[in-house]
Amino acid sequence: MSAPANDSQDYVGFDTITQQMERKFLKRGFNFNVILVGESGMGKSTLVNSIFSSHLVDSQGRRTAQEVIRKTTEISPVTQTLEENGVRVRLTIIDTPGFGDQCNNEGCWVPVIKYIKDQHAAYLERELKPQRDRVINDTRVHACLYFLNPGSRGLRPLDVEVLKRLTEVTNVIPVIAKSDSMTVEERTAFKRRIKEELVFHRIAVYPYPSEEDCDEDRALNSSIRDLVPFAVVGSEEIIDVNGTPVRGRRHGWGVINIFDETHSDFVHLRNFMLRTHLSDLIEVTSQRHYEQFRTSQLRQIKELRAQQAAAAASGGIMGSMPQQVPPQVPAVHQPMA
Amino acid sequence: MKPNATGIQKKKMQGYVGFSNYPNQVHRRSVKRGFNFTLMVVGESGIGKSTLINTLFDSKIFPDREETPPSAEPIKGVDVTSMSADIQENGVKLRLTVVDTPGFGDSINNEDAWQPILENIESRFDAYLAQENRVNRSKISDNRIDAVIYFIKPTGHCLRAIDIEFMKRLHTKVNLIPIVAKADTLTARELELFKAKIMADINYHGIQIFKPVSDEFDDPETVSDNREILSKIPFAVIGSEKLVERPDGTMVRGRRYPWGIIEVENEEHNDFIKLRQMLLRSHMEELKDSTDMVLYENYRTQKLLSMGHVQDNNVFREFNPLVLLEEERRAHEAKMQKMEAEMTAVFQQKVQEKESKLKLSEEELYARHKEMKTVLEKQRAELDDKKKRAEASVRPITPMEQHPTKGKKKNIFSGF
Repeated sequence: MSAPANDSQDYVGFDTITQQMERKFLKRGFNFNVILVGESGMGKSTLVNSIFSSHLVDSQGRRTAQEVIRKTTEISPVTQTLEENGVRVRLTIIDTPGFGDQCNNEGCWVPVIKYIKDQHAAYLERELKPQRDRVINDTRVHACLYFLNPGSRGLRPLDVEVLKRLTEVTNVIPVIAKSDSMTVEERTAFKRRIKEELVFHRIAVYPYPSEEDCDEDRALNSSIRDLVPFAVVGSEEIIDVNGTPVRGRRHGWGVINIFDETHSDFVHLRNFMLRTHLSDLIEVTSQRHYEQFRTSQLRQIKELRAQQAAAAASGGIMGSMPQQVPPQVPAVHQPMA
Repeated sequence: MKPNATGIQKKKMQGYVGFSNYPNQVHRRSVKRGFNFTLMVVGESGIGKSTLINTLFDSKIFPDREETPPSAEPIKGVDVTSMSADIQENGVKLRLTVVDTPGFGDSINNEDAWQPILENIESRFDAYLAQENRVNRSKISDNRIDAVIYFIKPTGHCLRAIDIEFMKRLHTKVNLIPIVAKADTLTARELELFKAKIMADINYHGIQIFKPVSDEFDDPETVSDNREILSKIPFAVIGSEKLVERPDGTMVRGRRYPWGIIEVENEEHNDFIKLRQMLLRSHMEELKDSTDMVLYENYRTQKLLSMGHVQDNNVFREFNPLVLLEEERRAHEAKMQKMEAEMTAVFQQKVQEKESKLKLSEEELYARHKEMKTVLEKQRAELDDKKKRAEASVRPITPMEQHPTKGKKKNIFSGF
């Protein structure tokens, strides 16, 4: 109720831990890894460049007729260091060119899931080393922006398959880029339909409800959940609207300002991802997805060791020690489609 | 008037005869009969096919999509359904059939999405072919596809794999009209670049799309209209069945956004007007014609050849007796000439052979003559020799007779 004043003798001073942590954080900086999953031409690169207000990634779409259509999904991570007010972030954007672009898209999600699991595996391997680094370079994917097709009557079969698998390994945030093709009514109907289908198919998108949340957090989370999927418009152009520079798109019938809340959910998405839930995204990746992965991996190793011990015992070969299985985690981890 | 090469004379009339009224008669007849037009729309779910058709014909050809609850069953394959409507304008009746292809491009594996569509188009050709081959052909119903409108997603990049695959499979069987759907997603500059990329891709893969062409019979207005239409291909369109109110109070068909209103019939906003003009107002006949004369005929030829029919070109000969005689005479003459040439050749050959034979025997004779001569010479030489010897031996006999033989030379005669 009444905290002792800073100068009084009863003041202990452990509340300065927040500043101590901040200083440490400033020194160290942090990693933030985002993967973009969606077909070519959905607006992935433009959206990311708009969110971080800088040209981070180039569009990997096919630009000339001579370019060949990619046969598989490629994984192309791009890492850059951004700094704002002394805070440094090592931002890695992982693009997935080729995803969903072929006639036959069976299995186009396999390279994506494999990449995400590989990052978990690499982290686990470093954790299990007898001599660990003080700070392990965190390459785990903290957020996945999944791009939905505007105009479809809901989730497409491909979306359902991929989302089911993605939500098991990372935080998935569904977005509709290029939402300037939908009127407000269409947008509302589409969002409602998507939410229905997500519930029906039992696909859990971020943010997840948690018992730890206080009322404030719960209110914020529910307002975020209402907005899902975020209907956004991205733009790398600054256009002039009556003298003021505006980041947006100019059409013959009007000008879209991406920061205008009535025009798009861009502001909400950016605030949600960076201003309010950034640390939560990183934490949830570590506590939920990584832990799930770790549990399943260690269980597999245990089973493998038990099998080998049983085999050695029943085989009865003289003088052979039960095989020591070093914690080679990546060897056990199989990419499960 | 001099007859020209084909024998048709150009005559000038001296007054009004009236056969120029024939097109009007045709017009009245066809108006009475009514027309039909079959259109097919292809594109992924939600891209705006139904809305565009309803907007083009200003009537609800396709009803609103009903909300089905989410189901665990994904859409399997491509369905081909058709809707017909009889619409009338200014006394002209049109039976419009629109063929929809729900499910195209919506599955995870779309490799064979084009197949049911191609089969449908070909089965319509087959049905028409069968009707043409009937004994009684008075009532032929034509439900061949006159045009396919293919909806391209406004990605801004080049064509997707499924777009290229579909167009390559179908462009020789139907009139392909690709359009950019949901044109309100792209700015003018982006649209320009996108259209260029699409056309580059289409040309790169050798895909033939329907283009209005002007020939020398068209008046300048048509030519310029066609050129304008051509410059906007592929059309970037939007559709809308709703009326919205503009700031100045007028109601127009369009879409209302928080940042403005896009109007369907505003040429600066999208190419809907151009599409409607080409499809309905200026090139509907050309589309039907192309389907009937070119696409159907090609299909028919392929089909009949594959069934084993052989083309007998004799049926194309003109039956004209004079011409026939002339031809026969020419043929005969040619034959004669040929025979003559042959005979001359044979004669020449024989002559040559004989000559060479004679030459050979001449040489032989000459050789023999020479041989004989040498033999004779030899003989003569021998005889000369003998003669000389004989003369030499006769001279000593004469002196022996003058002197008695001293000696006991007995000769045969002294023995007596």
